Amino acid sequence: MSTTSGLFSTVLRAGIAALLAASPVGAQADTLSEVAGRYNIQPSSRVAFTVTQVGGGGINGNFKKFSGVFSLNNSDISRSTINFTLYPESVSTGQARVESFLRSDAVFDSANFPTITFKSTQITQTSPDTAEVAGILTARGKSSPASFQANLSDHGKNSITFHVQGKVMRSRYGMDVGTPIYSNVVQFDMIIRGQRS
Amino acid sequence: MLRNTKDSFGLVSILFHWIIGFIFLGQIALGYLMVRVSDFTLQFSLYQWHKSFGFLVLGLSAFRLLWKAANARPRDLASMGQMERVAAHGAHIALYASLFIVPLTGWAVASSSPLQIPTFMFNLVVIPQLPIAISDSAEAFWSASHAWLAYLSAVIAVAHILAALHHHFWKRDTVLIRMLRPNAAKRRHQAIKLTGKSS
Repeated sequence: MSTTSGLFSTVLRAGIAALLAASPVGAQADTLSEVAGRYNIQPSSRVAFTVTQVGGGGINGNFKKFSGVFSLNNSDISRSTINFTLYPESVSTGQARVESFLRSDAVFDSANFPTITFKSTQITQTSPDTAEVAGILTARGKSSPASFQANLSDHGKNSITFHVQGKVMRSRYGMDVGTPIYSNVVQFDMIIRGQRS
Repeated sequence: MLRNTKDSFGLVSILFHWIIGFIFLGQIALGYLMVRVSDFTLQFSLYQWHKSFGFLVLGLSAFRLLWKAANARPRDLASMGQMERVAAHGAHIALYASLFIVPLTGWAVASSSPLQIPTFMFNLVVIPQLPIAISDSAEAFWSASHAWLAYLSAVIAVAHILAALHHHFWKRDTVLIRMLRPNAAKRRHQAIKLTGKSS
Protein backbone atom coordinates (compact mmCIF):
# COMPACT_ATOMS: atom_id res chain seq x y z
CA MET A 1 0.00 0.00 0.00
CA SER A 2 2.59 2.53 1.00
CA THR A 3 4.48 0.95 -1.75
CA THR A 4 2.00 2.17 -4.25
CA SER A 5 2.25 5.78 -3.29
CA GLY A 6 5.98 5.45 -3.43
CA LEU A 7 5.50 4.05 -6.83
CA PHE A 8 3.68 6.90 -8.27
CA SER A 9 6.00 9.46 -6.86
CA THR A 10 8.79 7.43 -8.31
CA VAL A 11 7.11 7.45 -11.65
CA LEU A 12 6.71 11.14 -11.54
CA ARG A 13 10.31 11.60 -10.65
CA ALA A 14 11.42 9.28 -13.35
CA GLY A 15 9.33 11.13 -15.83
CA ILE A 16 10.79 14.39 -14.69
CA ALA A 17 14.30 13.04 -14.82
CA ALA A 18 13.76 11.70 -18.29
CA LEU A 19 12.34 14.99 -19.42
CA LEU A 20 15.19 16.98 -17.98
CA ALA A 21 17.83 14.69 -19.36
CA ALA A 22 16.59 14.04 -22.82
CA SER A 23 13.99 16.51 -23.83
CA PRO A 24 13.36 20.06 -24.63
CA VAL A 25 11.17 21.84 -22.15
CA GLY A 26 8.01 21.06 -24.02
CA ALA A 27 8.82 17.36 -24.11
CA GLN A 28 9.26 17.31 -20.33
CA ALA A 29 5.72 18.45 -19.80
CA ASP A 30 4.54 15.74 -22.17
CA THR A 31 6.33 12.99 -20.24
CA LEU A 32 4.89 14.08 -16.97
CA SER A 33 1.43 14.17 -18.31
CA GLU A 34 2.09 10.77 -19.82
CA VAL A 35 2.95 9.21 -16.47
CA ALA A 36 0.52 11.13 -14.36
CA GLY A 37 -2.83 9.64 -13.71
CA ARG A 38 -4.75 7.14 -11.71
CA TYR A 39 -3.68 3.51 -11.53
CA ASN A 40 -5.18 0.32 -10.18
CA ILE A 41 -2.83 -2.07 -8.45
CA GLN A 42 -2.75 -5.30 -10.42
CA PRO A 43 -3.10 -8.82 -8.99
CA SER A 44 0.22 -9.65 -10.65
CA SER A 45 1.87 -7.48 -8.02
CA ARG A 46 3.77 -9.24 -5.26
CA VAL A 47 3.54 -8.43 -1.57
CA ALA A 48 6.21 -10.43 0.22
CA PHE A 49 7.49 -10.15 3.76
CA THR A 50 10.19 -11.53 6.01
CA VAL A 51 10.38 -11.75 9.79
CA THR A 52 13.83 -12.77 10.93
CA GLN A 53 14.43 -15.05 13.92
CA VAL A 54 17.21 -15.44 16.46
CA GLY A 55 20.01 -17.67 15.30
CA GLY A 56 19.38 -16.94 11.61
CA GLY A 57 16.63 -17.60 9.13
CA GLY A 58 13.07 -16.51 9.63
CA ILE A 59 9.57 -16.62 8.25
CA ASN A 60 9.08 -15.67 4.62
CA GLY A 61 5.67 -15.24 3.12
CA ASN A 62 3.43 -13.21 0.94
CA PHE A 63 -0.13 -12.03 0.66
CA LYS A 64 -2.09 -13.33 -2.30
CA LYS A 65 -5.01 -10.93 -2.10
CA PHE A 66 -4.80 -7.15 -2.06
CA SER A 67 -6.12 -4.17 -3.94
CA GLY A 68 -5.42 -0.49 -4.22
CA VAL A 69 -5.23 2.61 -6.30
CA PHE A 70 -2.68 5.35 -6.63
CA SER A 71 -2.70 8.59 -8.46
CA LEU A 72 0.36 10.39 -9.67
CA ASN A 73 0.11 14.12 -9.67
CA ASN A 74 1.93 15.63 -12.58
CA SER A 75 2.54 19.06 -11.11
CA ASP A 76 3.48 18.12 -7.57
CA ILE A 77 4.63 14.63 -6.65
CA SER A 78 3.91 15.30 -3.02
CA ARG A 79 0.25 15.58 -3.89
CA SER A 80 0.17 12.09 -5.24
CA THR A 81 -1.66 9.52 -3.14
CA ILE A 82 -2.02 5.82 -2.61
CA ASN A 83 -4.58 3.68 -0.88
CA PHE A 84 -3.82 0.04 -0.39
CA THR A 85 -5.82 -2.77 1.15
CA LEU A 86 -4.42 -6.13 2.13
CA TYR A 87 -6.43 -9.22 3.07
CA PRO A 88 -4.44 -11.03 5.79
CA GLU A 89 -6.54 -14.17 5.34
CA SER A 90 -4.59 -14.65 2.10
CA VAL A 91 -1.23 -14.95 3.85
CA SER A 92 0.94 -17.71 2.43
CA THR A 93 4.14 -19.11 3.92
CA GLY A 94 4.26 -22.65 2.57
CA GLN A 95 3.53 -24.01 6.07
CA ALA A 96 -0.14 -24.47 6.95
CA ARG A 97 0.40 -24.33 10.71
CA VAL A 98 2.28 -21.06 10.44
CA GLU A 99 -0.50 -19.64 8.27
CA SER A 100 -3.27 -20.61 10.66
CA PHE A 101 -1.24 -19.10 13.49
CA LEU A 102 -0.84 -15.86 11.54
CA ARG A 103 -4.57 -15.71 10.74
CA SER A 104 -5.55 -16.41 14.34
CA ASP A 105 -6.19 -13.80 16.98
CA ALA A 106 -2.54 -14.22 18.02
CA VAL A 107 -1.54 -12.18 14.98
CA PHE A 108 -3.86 -10.80 12.29
CA ASP A 109 -7.17 -11.90 13.82
CA SER A 110 -8.45 -11.94 10.26
CA ALA A 111 -11.91 -13.09 11.34
CA ASN A 112 -12.48 -9.82 13.16
CA PHE A 113 -10.16 -7.60 11.13
CA PRO A 114 -10.37 -8.83 7.55
CA THR A 115 -8.36 -5.99 6.06
CA ILE A 116 -5.13 -4.15 6.67
CA THR A 117 -5.04 -0.73 5.05
CA PHE A 118 -2.48 1.86 4.21
CA LYS A 119 -3.29 5.45 3.25
CA SER A 120 -0.49 7.76 2.25
CA THR A 121 -0.17 11.07 4.00
CA GLN A 122 3.09 12.37 2.55
CA ILE A 123 5.06 11.39 -0.51
CA THR A 124 8.56 12.78 -0.78
CA GLN A 125 10.85 12.36 -3.72
CA THR A 126 14.27 11.19 -2.59
CA SER A 127 16.09 10.81 -5.93
CA PRO A 128 15.21 10.92 -9.62
CA ASP A 129 13.55 7.50 -9.40
CA THR A 130 12.83 6.96 -5.72
CA ALA A 131 10.42 8.33 -3.19
CA GLU A 132 9.49 7.86 0.39
CA VAL A 133 5.84 7.17 1.01
CA ALA A 134 4.67 7.95 4.49
CA GLY A 135 1.20 7.09 5.63
CA ILE A 136 -1.02 5.49 8.17
CA LEU A 137 -1.10 1.72 8.43
CA THR A 138 -4.15 0.26 10.10
CA ALA A 139 -4.21 -3.33 11.29
CA ARG A 140 -6.21 -5.06 14.01
CA GLY A 141 -8.01 -1.77 14.58
CA LYS A 142 -4.81 0.07 15.44
CA SER A 143 -3.46 2.87 13.28
CA SER A 144 0.15 3.94 13.32
CA PRO A 145 2.48 5.76 10.93
CA ALA A 146 4.53 3.65 8.57
CA SER A 147 6.72 4.51 5.65
CA PHE A 148 8.01 2.74 2.59
CA GLN A 149 10.65 3.38 -0.03
CA ALA A 150 9.46 3.16 -3.61
CA ASN A 151 11.76 2.63 -6.54
CA LEU A 152 10.51 3.04 -10.09
CA SER A 153 11.38 -0.13 -11.97
CA ASP A 154 9.49 0.21 -15.20
CA HIS A 155 6.78 2.17 -16.91
CA GLY A 156 4.93 2.13 -20.17
CA LYS A 157 2.10 4.10 -21.68
CA ASN A 158 -0.56 2.66 -19.39
CA SER A 159 1.35 0.70 -16.81
CA ILE A 160 3.97 1.35 -14.21
CA THR A 161 5.93 -0.84 -11.82
CA PHE A 162 7.53 0.02 -8.53
CA HIS A 163 9.74 -1.97 -6.21
CA VAL A 164 8.67 -1.02 -2.71
CA GLN A 165 10.36 -1.87 0.56
CA GLY A 166 9.66 -0.94 4.12
CA LYS A 167 9.88 -2.02 7.71
CA VAL A 168 6.89 -2.22 10.00
CA MET A 169 7.04 -2.60 13.76
CA ARG A 170 4.37 -5.21 14.43
CA SER A 171 4.17 -4.38 18.14
CA ARG A 172 2.42 -1.13 17.18
CA TYR A 173 -0.49 -3.16 15.88
CA GLY A 174 -0.83 -5.55 18.80
CA MET A 175 0.99 -8.31 16.92
CA ASP A 176 4.11 -8.71 19.02
CA VAL A 177 3.58 -12.40 19.75
CA GLY A 178 6.80 -14.37 19.52
CA THR A 179 9.20 -11.50 20.17
CA PRO A 180 12.11 -11.58 20.74
CA ILE A 181 12.46 -15.02 19.15
CA TYR A 182 10.94 -13.52 16.04
CA SER A 183 11.89 -9.97 15.20
CA ASN A 184 9.46 -7.16 15.91
CA VAL A 185 10.37 -5.81 12.47
CA VAL A 186 8.44 -7.08 9.47
CA GLN A 187 10.40 -6.39 6.31
CA PHE A 188 8.18 -5.86 3.29
CA ASP A 189 9.46 -6.38 -0.20
CA MET A 190 6.88 -5.64 -2.85
CA ILE A 191 6.55 -5.37 -6.58
CA ILE A 192 3.62 -3.05 -7.25
CA ARG A 193 2.25 -3.02 -10.75
CA GLY A 194 -0.25 -0.31 -11.66
CA GLN A 195 -2.53 -0.26 -14.66
CA ARG A 196 -4.01 3.05 -15.69
CA SER A 197 -7.65 3.10 -14.78
CA MET B 1 27.88 -29.56 55.12
CA LEU B 2 28.18 -29.22 51.33
CA ARG B 3 29.37 -32.72 50.53
CA ASN B 4 27.75 -36.07 51.11
CA THR B 5 29.08 -38.42 53.74
CA LYS B 6 28.63 -42.18 53.92
CA ASP B 7 25.54 -41.64 56.03
CA SER B 8 24.08 -38.37 54.84
CA PHE B 9 23.45 -36.02 51.96
CA GLY B 10 25.24 -32.66 51.80
CA LEU B 11 23.56 -29.36 50.98
CA VAL B 12 24.50 -29.47 47.27
CA SER B 13 22.94 -32.88 46.70
CA ILE B 14 19.83 -31.81 48.60
CA LEU B 15 19.41 -28.62 46.58
CA PHE B 16 19.92 -30.49 43.30
CA HIS B 17 17.29 -33.01 44.36
CA TRP B 18 14.58 -30.55 45.27
CA ILE B 19 15.19 -27.89 42.64
CA ILE B 20 15.34 -30.38 39.77
CA GLY B 21 12.46 -32.37 41.23
CA PHE B 22 10.14 -29.38 41.43
CA ILE B 23 11.05 -28.11 37.97
CA PHE B 24 10.67 -31.59 36.47
CA LEU B 25 7.19 -32.11 37.94
CA GLY B 26 6.24 -28.55 37.02
CA GLN B 27 7.35 -29.27 33.47
CA ILE B 28 5.10 -32.31 33.26
CA ALA B 29 2.12 -30.24 34.41
CA LEU B 30 3.05 -27.42 32.04
CA GLY B 31 3.50 -29.82 29.16
CA TYR B 32 0.11 -31.38 29.82
CA LEU B 33 -1.59 -27.97 29.97
CA MET B 34 0.16 -26.20 27.12
CA VAL B 35 -1.00 -28.61 24.45
CA ARG B 36 -4.59 -28.12 25.64
CA VAL B 37 -4.63 -24.32 25.63
CA SER B 38 -6.68 -22.84 22.81
CA ASP B 39 -5.27 -19.31 22.90
CA PHE B 40 -2.40 -19.28 20.40
CA THR B 41 -0.56 -16.37 22.02
CA LEU B 42 -0.59 -17.99 25.45
CA GLN B 43 0.26 -21.34 23.94
CA PHE B 44 3.28 -19.98 22.10
CA SER B 45 4.52 -18.41 25.31
CA LEU B 46 3.96 -21.56 27.38
CA TYR B 47 5.88 -23.65 24.84
CA GLN B 48 8.83 -21.30 25.07
CA TRP B 49 8.83 -21.45 28.88
CA HIS B 50 8.59 -25.23 28.69
CA LYS B 51 11.61 -25.40 26.38
CA SER B 52 13.62 -23.02 28.56
CA PHE B 53 12.92 -24.97 31.75
CA GLY B 54 13.57 -28.24 29.91
CA PHE B 55 17.07 -27.12 29.04
CA LEU B 56 17.50 -25.92 32.61
CA VAL B 57 16.64 -29.42 33.85
CA LEU B 58 19.05 -30.96 31.35
CA GLY B 59 21.89 -28.63 32.34
CA LEU B 60 21.32 -28.94 36.08
CA SER B 61 21.08 -32.72 35.76
CA ALA B 62 24.45 -32.86 34.03
CA PHE B 63 26.04 -30.96 36.92
CA ARG B 64 24.12 -33.10 39.39
CA LEU B 65 25.50 -36.26 37.86
CA LEU B 66 29.04 -34.89 38.04
CA TRP B 67 28.49 -33.95 41.67
CA LYS B 68 27.09 -37.38 42.39
CA ALA B 69 30.14 -39.00 40.81
CA ALA B 70 32.44 -36.88 42.97
CA ASN B 71 30.64 -37.63 46.23
CA ALA B 72 30.02 -40.55 48.51
CA ARG B 73 26.70 -42.30 48.15
CA PRO B 74 24.98 -42.42 51.54
CA ARG B 75 24.25 -45.95 52.67
CA ASP B 76 20.78 -47.34 52.68
CA LEU B 77 19.21 -47.34 56.09
CA ALA B 78 19.38 -50.58 58.01
CA SER B 79 15.61 -50.48 58.32
CA MET B 80 15.27 -51.17 54.59
CA GLY B 81 14.69 -54.70 53.39
CA GLN B 82 16.31 -56.23 50.32
CA MET B 83 13.28 -55.81 48.08
CA GLU B 84 12.86 -52.27 49.24
CA ARG B 85 16.44 -51.44 48.38
CA VAL B 86 16.18 -52.94 44.91
CA ALA B 87 12.95 -51.09 44.23
CA ALA B 88 14.33 -47.79 45.52
CA HIS B 89 17.53 -48.05 43.49
CA GLY B 90 15.60 -49.06 40.41
CA ALA B 91 13.37 -45.98 40.79
CA HIS B 92 16.38 -43.73 41.34
CA ILE B 93 18.09 -45.02 38.20
CA ALA B 94 14.89 -44.60 36.20
CA LEU B 95 14.40 -41.06 37.50
CA TYR B 96 18.00 -40.11 36.76
CA ALA B 97 17.60 -41.50 33.24
CA SER B 98 14.36 -39.54 32.85
CA LEU B 99 16.10 -36.28 33.71
CA PHE B 100 18.15 -36.74 30.55
CA ILE B 101 15.95 -38.73 28.21
CA VAL B 102 12.80 -36.64 28.63
CA PRO B 103 14.50 -33.29 27.93
CA LEU B 104 16.45 -34.83 25.04
CA THR B 105 13.26 -36.12 23.40
CA GLY B 106 11.78 -32.65 23.93
CA TRP B 107 14.81 -31.18 22.19
CA ALA B 108 14.14 -33.66 19.38
CA VAL B 109 10.54 -32.38 19.10
CA ALA B 110 11.73 -28.80 18.61
CA SER B 111 14.48 -29.94 16.23
CA SER B 112 12.31 -32.20 14.05
CA SER B 113 9.36 -29.81 13.71
CA PRO B 114 8.92 -28.27 10.26
CA LEU B 115 8.03 -25.07 12.13
CA GLN B 116 11.71 -24.81 13.18
CA ILE B 117 10.90 -22.42 15.98
CA PRO B 118 14.21 -21.43 17.57
CA THR B 119 14.83 -22.27 21.21
CA PHE B 120 15.87 -19.05 22.90
CA MET B 121 16.46 -20.24 26.46
CA PHE B 122 14.94 -17.64 28.79
CA ASN B 123 15.47 -15.17 25.93
CA LEU B 124 19.17 -15.34 26.69
CA VAL B 125 20.83 -18.14 24.76
CA VAL B 126 19.96 -19.68 21.40
CA ILE B 127 20.04 -23.47 21.63
CA PRO B 128 20.91 -25.10 18.29
CA GLN B 129 18.65 -27.74 16.77
CA LEU B 130 19.69 -31.38 16.93
CA PRO B 131 20.83 -32.69 13.53
CA ILE B 132 17.84 -34.98 12.99
CA ALA B 133 15.23 -35.47 10.28
CA ILE B 134 12.70 -32.66 9.94
CA SER B 135 9.17 -33.70 9.01
CA ASP B 136 5.63 -33.77 10.35
CA SER B 137 5.92 -37.50 11.00
CA ALA B 138 9.25 -37.14 12.82
CA GLU B 139 7.77 -34.39 14.97
CA ALA B 140 4.73 -36.56 15.76
CA PHE B 141 6.99 -39.47 16.72
CA TRP B 142 9.17 -37.40 19.04
CA SER B 143 6.16 -35.61 20.53
CA ALA B 144 4.51 -38.90 21.42
CA SER B 145 7.78 -40.30 22.78
CA HIS B 146 8.38 -37.18 24.83
CA ALA B 147 4.88 -37.17 26.29
CA TRP B 148 4.70 -40.86 27.17
CA LEU B 149 8.19 -40.98 28.65
CA ALA B 150 7.30 -37.91 30.71
CA TYR B 151 4.09 -39.49 31.98
CA LEU B 152 5.93 -42.74 32.72
CA SER B 153 8.55 -40.81 34.68
CA ALA B 154 5.73 -39.05 36.54
CA VAL B 155 4.39 -42.43 37.64
CA ILE B 156 7.83 -43.42 38.91
CA ALA B 157 8.18 -40.03 40.64
CA VAL B 158 4.85 -40.55 42.38
CA ALA B 159 6.02 -43.98 43.59
CA HIS B 160 9.25 -42.35 44.79
CA ILE B 161 7.29 -39.65 46.67
CA LEU B 162 4.87 -42.16 48.20
CA ALA B 163 7.79 -44.32 49.30
CA ALA B 164 9.43 -41.32 50.98
CA LEU B 165 6.17 -40.47 52.75
CA HIS B 166 5.78 -44.10 53.75
CA HIS B 167 9.23 -44.03 55.33
CA HIS B 168 8.52 -40.80 57.13
CA PHE B 169 4.99 -41.31 58.41
CA TRP B 170 4.69 -45.07 58.57
CA LYS B 171 8.14 -46.43 59.26
CA ARG B 172 9.21 -43.20 60.93
CA ASP B 173 12.82 -43.51 59.81
CA THR B 174 15.13 -40.78 58.49
CA VAL B 175 14.86 -41.45 54.75
CA LEU B 176 12.98 -38.23 54.08
CA ILE B 177 14.69 -36.23 56.82
CA ARG B 178 18.12 -36.82 55.38
CA MET B 179 17.01 -35.39 52.05
CA LEU B 180 15.74 -32.30 53.88
CA ARG B 181 18.62 -31.55 56.23
CA PRO B 182 22.28 -31.55 55.24
CA ASN B 183 24.26 -34.18 57.12
CA ALA B 184 21.20 -35.14 59.11
CA ALA B 185 22.69 -38.34 60.49
CA LYS B 186 24.07 -36.65 63.54
CA ARG B 187 20.69 -35.19 64.26
CA ARG B 188 18.85 -38.39 63.73
CA HIS B 189 17.70 -38.49 67.32
CA GLN B 190 16.45 -34.96 67.19
CA ALA B 191 14.69 -35.60 63.91
CA ILE B 192 12.91 -38.56 65.32
CA LYS B 193 11.78 -36.53 68.29
CA LEU B 194 10.48 -33.81 66.01
CA THR B 195 8.29 -36.28 64.18
CA GLY B 196 6.77 -37.17 67.53
CA LYS B 197 7.94 -40.74 67.40
CA SER B 198 10.47 -42.63 69.43
CA SER B 199 11.23 -45.79 67.56
